[in-house]
Amino acid sequence: MAGHGTAHLRPADEVLLRVESLVVEFPVGRTGLTVHAVSDVSIDVKPGETLGLVGESGCGKSTTGRAVMQLVRPKGGSVTFDGHDLTQLKGEELRETRPKLQMIFQDPISSLNPRRRIRDIVREGLDIWKIGDDAARNAKVTEVLETVGIDPEAAGPRRPHEFSGGQCQRISIARAVATEPKLIICDEPVSALDVSVQAQILNLLQEMKQRYGLTLIFIAHDLAVVKNVSDRVAVMYLGKICEVSGPDELYAQPAHPYTAALLLAIPVPDPTVRPAERSGVGGEIPSPVAPPSGCRFRTRCLKATDRCAQEEPEIREVRPDHFVACHFPMEPGETLAAPAPTAGNGSHPDI
Amino acid sequence: MPEQSPDSGEEIVRTLVADEQRHDLPADEPSLLIAAVEAGPEIAHNRRRRKGLGIGAWLAIIWISLLLFSAIFQPLLVSTGVIPDPEAQELPEISGTGEALVVAQPPSLGHLMGLNPRGEDILSLVIEGSRRSLVIGFVSVFLGFMVGGFLGLLAGYFKGRTGGFIGSLLDILLAFPQLILALFVVEVLGHTVTNVTFALAIVSTPVLARIARASSLSWSEREFVVAARAQGAKHRRVLWREVLPNTLPAMLSIALLGVAVVIVAEAGLALLGAGVAPDLVTWGNIIQTGVPELKDSPHIVLAPSIVIFLTVLALNYLGDVVRARFDVREAAL
Amino acid sequence: MSRRRRAVGVERFEPAPLDAPLLEVEDLHTHFRTGRGVARAVDGVSFSLERGRTLGVVGESGSGKTVLARSIMGLLPKSNVERTGSIKFEGREVIGATPDDLRELWGSQISMVFQDPMTSLNPVMKIGKQITEMLLQHLDISKDYARELALSLLESVGIPEADRRLKEYPHQMSGGMRQRIMIAIAIACGPKLLFADEPTTALDVTVQAQILDLLQAQQRERFMAMILVTHDLGVVAGRTDEIAVMYAGRVVEKAPTKVLFSELRHPYTEALLRSIPKLGAPSHTRLAAIGGRPPDIVNPPAGCKFSPRCPYARERCLEEEPPLIDTATPGHEFRCWIPVGTPENREALEANRAAGAPSALAVVGEGNGMGTAAAPSAPTPHTRSGSIDTKGGA
Repeated sequence: MAGHGTAHLRPADEVLLRVESLVVEFPVGRTGLTVHAVSDVSIDVKPGETLGLVGESGCGKSTTGRAVMQLVRPKGGSVTFDGHDLTQLKGEELRETRPKLQMIFQDPISSLNPRRRIRDIVREGLDIWKIGDDAARNAKVTEVLETVGIDPEAAGPRRPHEFSGGQCQRISIARAVATEPKLIICDEPVSALDVSVQAQILNLLQEMKQRYGLTLIFIAHDLAVVKNVSDRVAVMYLGKICEVSGPDELYAQPAHPYTAALLLAIPVPDPTVRPAERSGVGGEIPSPVAPPSGCRFRTRCLKATDRCAQEEPEIREVRPDHFVACHFPMEPGETLAAPAPTAGNGSHPDI
Repeated sequence: MPEQSPDSGEEIVRTLVADEQRHDLPADEPSLLIAAVEAGPEIAHNRRRRKGLGIGAWLAIIWISLLLFSAIFQPLLVSTGVIPDPEAQELPEISGTGEALVVAQPPSLGHLMGLNPRGEDILSLVIEGSRRSLVIGFVSVFLGFMVGGFLGLLAGYFKGRTGGFIGSLLDILLAFPQLILALFVVEVLGHTVTNVTFALAIVSTPVLARIARASSLSWSEREFVVAARAQGAKHRRVLWREVLPNTLPAMLSIALLGVAVVIVAEAGLALLGAGVAPDLVTWGNIIQTGVPELKDSPHIVLAPSIVIFLTVLALNYLGDVVRARFDVREAAL
Repeated sequence: MSRRRRAVGVERFEPAPLDAPLLEVEDLHTHFRTGRGVARAVDGVSFSLERGRTLGVVGESGSGKTVLARSIMGLLPKSNVERTGSIKFEGREVIGATPDDLRELWGSQISMVFQDPMTSLNPVMKIGKQITEMLLQHLDISKDYARELALSLLESVGIPEADRRLKEYPHQMSGGMRQRIMIAIAIACGPKLLFADEPTTALDVTVQAQILDLLQAQQRERFMAMILVTHDLGVVAGRTDEIAVMYAGRVVEKAPTKVLFSELRHPYTEALLRSIPKLGAPSHTRLAAIGGRPPDIVNPPAGCKFSPRCPYARERCLEEEPPLIDTATPGHEFRCWIPVGTPENREALEANRAAGAPSALAVVGEGNGMGTAAAPSAPTPHTRSGSIDTKGGA
């Protein structure tokens, strides 16, 4: 399977969050079948770092995020945050960790209660945890709203539907930072937004990170976006980790064929690049109910051999701080070979 | 809440403009709303005022107010002689055989709804009956709303074992023939207003619970509920602050419909002889006494029926208005 | 039931000469009456589209791009809408055409692919039935033949095991599959014009590439004209012949695709392009976001509609709206007083910067994230010195 193993994890005392061999499974109705949403995923994040988690929809990246938050209970593995294994915590103990671990959601509209006022939404965490007195909470709300670029006076008493998607996402960010968390999981925070608004939100996230000393897990399907915000990127496919590396290295020399294919699929705002010359990967992600044997990517991989069907690759270091789970990792400069009948695949000039 | 089909022109414009602004501006009239945010309270205030109630809503409100007024002040109306006292009618003359002549009179200026065979003014009977019928309607639905709404809210939010258990319980209650259930309860406990109310509350509980459950289920899946949990809110807080306020408008509107249904059900029970004891005046009982005379004096049945009809219509209308007024997005237009 | 009437409709829309443009839009206005005033969703748009060509319509939310597509399709509400101007499809005026004529056009001559396939497919009807019904409605063919045709359509849009898929319901398929089905339905009757309204916004990048490839292949194979509506310049870059950039209901720049990217003149086009994160740039590069908000189409700003967000805006831009100006390149026109790449433009930027702008000119109240972002910190990458035609700006 495109990749198990923990070779890419760093020493436990250096990281804020360490997820080891995370497994999340859901039953499919009453059919007795199981969705293997996340199968043996290991990631870690250092304090102050942004980890990008990329992959197509259905690769388990959002489920991983929710399993870290324990909003979905993992079936196996451990999630060590700030010295506690969250998977072992229950009820009140788990709840106590909430203010330090926050989340920003994909749908800016759906993640805000339409019947509550902006001020109350942002204040909710402070109210739940009884942080400070009334005046202090109000001051905090005003401060975070101002930092995300929302006028607290005008916006505070209004309700979410009076704001645009971009503004709602700003409010979500304000809500997330209000309790001064250590780690924020951003689950596709910009994929519902226009490119122009997307840029604003990405810039804002960077600012907030510096201002509040945050650590981020940034989940997205757009590699260009992930590259922009991340210090380290993990590529996921069908519940497995494919490749982990620093963003510039990963994008310059992808070692996993899937990463290379993803890079090729990104639309480039340059008309001289004929899209037909750079089609990356065919087909669609297989069902997580019955994932392929061996390497899970092999059914769409141009380099797959019999070995890939039989043996699951383990994550290993191919270059310094560049880890990949593939039997046949790509060499620097190598491009994806063209499948026989279809048009040739050229490498992307931007890569 | 069911999606409304875009039938009115305004609705379509709203949909279209919203469509156009889908990525960034979800609101109904985004530019207006943005302007409202920028310009502060004045515009927002104007916007709120602009949306008046339709004439239908006003008629419904007037009718319900009239009913409530006459029901509440019935003793006063009687004592001041505005309406005749049903207890003290000028009894018709007795014929030589000692049998009461049929003196049911059709509506006239003096008696707007006519007289019944006992010579009682039907208008005053209807007003007296409304005191009981409305109490039965509102109280039983209120009870059903509290119990059923609460159960439904829980069942929709806790999708696991709790939800499954409450769900099956409701299904069993729903499967039980409603009318027979009500008949049974009244027969066993006695034909009092309280017991009829209780019986109808039992009948309305599972229906309201099912509706509450559906609404709670769909709101519980929204990301803001997950967000609240991620913030560390306890279940009670999530239910109370996030889910309940969103399910309430639909529930209130359904409850108003429920009142209408229960008022009709009371009349139905009375016709079956299973309602409130016949010596107590209710709308159902008035109709029931008129049934034997239906051919000669249809007004005895018709007059209270029309009152029931108008009341049910008004309640239905109000239900719609409530839903529209409290729906955040619709109210914003 | 009205097969005969339909036949009449076909005659009424007899094909125009093949060398004439397929679609000609002249000064199209679509105004909505709202509670607050008239919303000018489309405000004077003109363009023409040749057979088999592709036009990209690009803009942010609220730019009027979707309403433009719907205006041409005639998919507007009946009340509270005013649509003026002229839309000629194959030389025939569409505005004011009877509902019967329009019905004849939709599906068979013009069809549309929407952003969300799930809402446009009937969830309780099998895929096969949805396609055959569409075919039977527009073509005079037998049921059996319709079924065969449906099968070959699904195969042509790249759906594996097409005969099995015909018996499935929409929810049993992935988003990409559903979008393929939508395309199959849209091209079923061999339309001459296909609208694709954000066809890939809801999809993953890999699937997006496949769907765009498919659209392009089908378009070439069938010699269809296509209008591709999107907010992402990257999507239209390699796949269109011409691009129209819309802002506040107007076309602010229109050019053949290659020309637009190499010689763009309008600051908004430039801003759109620069807000896309570049793969080539190192990580943590600050993005050049467009400050402020999309314009209020009910009360648009005076002068150039983009001026409140424009880093180059001067007095004149705030007062006087620029007309569409032609450049030396055929087919390239733009609406700007101080176009990108001119000396005036550079001066304006420096003057604005010196004056502490553009925040002075930008919309207030949007806070720091945007104000700073609006200030371009690097020289424009698209001003290829030397090739700039300064004549147009005059």
